[in-house]
Amino acid sequence: MIPDAGVIGQSGLQFFGKMCASISHDIKNVLAVINENAGLLEDLCAMAEKGRSMDPSRLKRLAGDIQEQIRRGDRIVTGMNRFAHSADEASTDVDLSELLDLLAALALRFAAARGVRVQVNRPPAAVRVTTAPFLLLNLMWLCLEGAMATAGPGTVELAAENAADGACLRLCRIEGLKEAPAAFLSAEPKGALCLALKAQLSLDPEKNEMALRLPKNRV
Amino acid sequence: MAEKVLIVDDDKAFLAILAERMQNRGMEVSTADSAAAALKMLEKETYDAVLLDLMMPEMGGIEALQIMRKKQPEVQVIFVTGHPSVSKGVEAMKLGAMDFIPKPVDMNELTEKIHQAKAGRMILVEKRSQEKIKKILTDKGW
Repeated sequence: MIPDAGVIGQSGLQFFGKMCASISHDIKNVLAVINENAGLLEDLCAMAEKGRSMDPSRLKRLAGDIQEQIRRGDRIVTGMNRFAHSADEASTDVDLSELLDLLAALALRFAAARGVRVQVNRPPAAVRVTTAPFLLLNLMWLCLEGAMATAGPGTVELAAENAADGACLRLCRIEGLKEAPAAFLSAEPKGALCLALKAQLSLDPEKNEMALRLPKNRV
Repeated sequence: MAEKVLIVDDDKAFLAILAERMQNRGMEVSTADSAAAALKMLEKETYDAVLLDLMMPEMGGIEALQIMRKKQPEVQVIFVTGHPSVSKGVEAMKLGAMDFIPKPVDMNELTEKIHQAKAGRMILVEKRSQEKIKKILTDKGW
């Protein structure tokens, strides 16, 4: 079942499209490197046909490079698959650290463009809630996008922790939050997403932190 | 004389392999893994062609092109990009890019474009030299 189709709306589709475009760009880059490796193999064969000796160690390195690109492509496609399936269930059991890892992977290209490193701090024990993963990813992306724009180059940290009545997701080291908190708490679409997730978003400008409190079960 | 080419791409694996293939074709190749590094190299060297990635961290290809054109007006920039869109292509051409090549790259097409870039650059350099000479002669009243 599609989770809260009305809440997903235009913002959700934009989020989905933006992530898919970024992933397709990464896949194209992998294909481009594999294409060049294949081309180099052709070049080496053509040179060998003209009498130049072929160095086996060069061929081994080329094979290794192609395998590395296949591993890189596999990581990208695995993330894409997890992201696509995040829209399967209206509510499901979610490991929040895994969700943050996925968010960080999706954000990698956008973060790099701003000179930002997104670091996920893993808690000692798993933090799990029953929630709508796609809506939560959308909301966290909007928060992270705002954090990256506010903080500028540097490191932004993400962390999940257990709370008495559910869980809390923290976005830390948002340098400059004190100067621009209003832009961060714009009502829509964050407001609608918070409502659908029964979540509460709060800022602590003194600590340069944002917290998103989630219930144990949003249903 | 060998074509002098600068490749600019944040994907180091792509940079290395494309450079090797172009060197095998007799070209003199330099590489930069960021727009900032490429701009520094352009301060010291001239190239027949610059192959520029469109989407790079911190400074994208379009911004880099604008700075390159200010530093070296006759620089011939060919965009090499995973997702060539019509709007980006038009923007790049308006800003003085020579061409757009999609990834994965067709090496024959790329080699042809580099030959064209070298010829185009030589015409521009010659034209600028003639204008300089003409100006000197005019200033001296000859």
